Amino acid sequence: MSATLPLPSPVAVSAAQPSRSYWAVVWRQLRRDPMALAAGGVLLLIIAAAVFAPWLAPADPYKASMIKRLLPIGSSGFLLGTDELGRDLLTRLMYGGRLSLLMGVVPVLAAFGIGTAIGLFAGYVGGKVNMVIMRVLDVFYAFPSVLLAVAISGALGPGLSNSLIALTLVFVPQVVRVAESVTIQVRQLDYIEAARMSGASAFSIIRVHVLGNVLGPVFVYATGLLSVSMILASGLSFLGLGVKPPEPEWGLMLNTLRSAIYSNPWVAALPGLLIFVTSIAFNLLADSVRSAMDIRR
Amino acid sequence: MFAYILKRLIYAIPIALSVTVVSFILVYLAPGDPLSAIAPADAPEEVIIALRSAYGLDQPVPVQYGLWLMRAVQGDLGLSIATGREVTSEVMRAVGNTLLLAGFAALIGVIAGCLFGALAGYRHGSWIDRIATALSVIGVSIPHYWLGLVLTILFSIWRPWFPAMGAGPGGSSEWLWDLEHFRYLVLPAVTLSVIPMGIITRTVRALVADMLGQEFVSALRARGLSGVAVFRHVAKNTAPTVLAVAGLQIGYLMGGSILVETVFAWPGTGFLLNTAIFQRDIPLLQGTILVLCMFFVVLNLLVDILQPMIDPRMGRA
Repeated sequence: MSATLPLPSPVAVSAAQPSRSYWAVVWRQLRRDPMALAAGGVLLLIIAAAVFAPWLAPADPYKASMIKRLLPIGSSGFLLGTDELGRDLLTRLMYGGRLSLLMGVVPVLAAFGIGTAIGLFAGYVGGKVNMVIMRVLDVFYAFPSVLLAVAISGALGPGLSNSLIALTLVFVPQVVRVAESVTIQVRQLDYIEAARMSGASAFSIIRVHVLGNVLGPVFVYATGLLSVSMILASGLSFLGLGVKPPEPEWGLMLNTLRSAIYSNPWVAALPGLLIFVTSIAFNLLADSVRSAMDIRR
Repeated sequence: MFAYILKRLIYAIPIALSVTVVSFILVYLAPGDPLSAIAPADAPEEVIIALRSAYGLDQPVPVQYGLWLMRAVQGDLGLSIATGREVTSEVMRAVGNTLLLAGFAALIGVIAGCLFGALAGYRHGSWIDRIATALSVIGVSIPHYWLGLVLTILFSIWRPWFPAMGAGPGGSSEWLWDLEHFRYLVLPAVTLSVIPMGIITRTVRALVADMLGQEFVSALRARGLSGVAVFRHVAKNTAPTVLAVAGLQIGYLMGGSILVETVFAWPGTGFLLNTAIFQRDIPLLQGTILVLCMFFVVLNLLVDILQPMIDPRMGRA
């Protein structure tokens, strides 16, 4: 993952307007971007299907039937066929979105919060403290991210919360690097010096003057992580390290349906298609957010 | 130049040491007694104590780490708890297979990525550019374990051109350089190559498009250089960055191949990691993670050292 850091544009920094107007401009820009609208629409559809699954789904996600195993797509009563235990696949795909989206989004949110806090602290305090924090995080960069995720969740043992912890630990160092480098740039600007001279406390300087400039680039970086996180989270379940059966989750479903690729290949491929669609929608949305937030440059 | 290499080497030492610490400590995150994997639940107390001292688990953790590191440096990663075999030889055999897979995937990915990227950069805004951009987005968004499954369905079940599993006929894990073995490599390598392909296409496209807008290219053209000659200059200027990105990608592939190896039952480190995790085989887990990460550290080092060699601007800085 090559981290290209979006720098805070000098105009955005010097314009001391309330940040709300900036976000309003970004929002307007996004609404005009057809790619952003399409990706956002697809994501809303998937999220809605997952959230309202108990009301929308045609069947019970856990109800198995030995005689209705592995029905093909388009069978009567089973629009997308059935899985290896005879459960309705459409229902399980809808319910599966709940855990898959949760597992993809929560680690990024957690890393966004934790990473920004550590990065702000390290960047603002600077000096030896900064060096120690950043050197410790360098160690995590010596691990390829998939290996790190697998190693941590393998060591902690399979399970939903352990894979959430593992993925958060993978993303935190990356977010810290972005937050720290932007904080260091912002800290050197004159108006921070002015705020310090006027007697503002470190905390209020960070809160009022630094945070607003750091959040943007970190937010852009974090949206880019969503797609990676979706793929990794479902990948952990695919390996048997994430959610446990019989819970519906796309990665796990892909794993258990793998034995059916000879008898019913396209049913077996469906859960992966949803991971792919979600991840590509997150990626396109992240690209749009990135260009929408660069408008002041 | 020599001073630069020395500085890089010295900087890599603390990183490598910390990697050994993390690889070792990771396992202590695990709940439960590591001995539970080998000793039956109703084993008598004396047996447990004897086993504990046999594996050195009765020592304090820092002492265990010290002893483990001393032996690891000499190439001894202990014995696998599950099979009783030497971890070093198991890991080295698997690493060979993973390197083969990752190397081929990187080769395909880098060649395709440079090609698509250069085409897209040269024809900025054209339909070729749009296709290449779409391909690169797909490359970085696709869950590669699913792509592996789809390719298996297409080219192993629907059209049985390539085998779906293993690294050789009859389930053998010994690699030979012949056509029969090569057929086993195709699907997993293509599957894995999609990730670097996407990222390298993106990088090369941005670099080439940026380069073509620069004054020195206009100057070259104004002097009457042919398209091919101009391209040579552009390629020379993009090479260092592409090398850095590609080098890191090979490292990521070595770690990232675990999922693809699972899909294709490829007898590499991913397969070994999987076994180690589910059998709670701690020496094997530690050993595999350590060896993979050391490869990654060395690869990073090589990229850092090679880059100024092909980019004289960095050597002077």
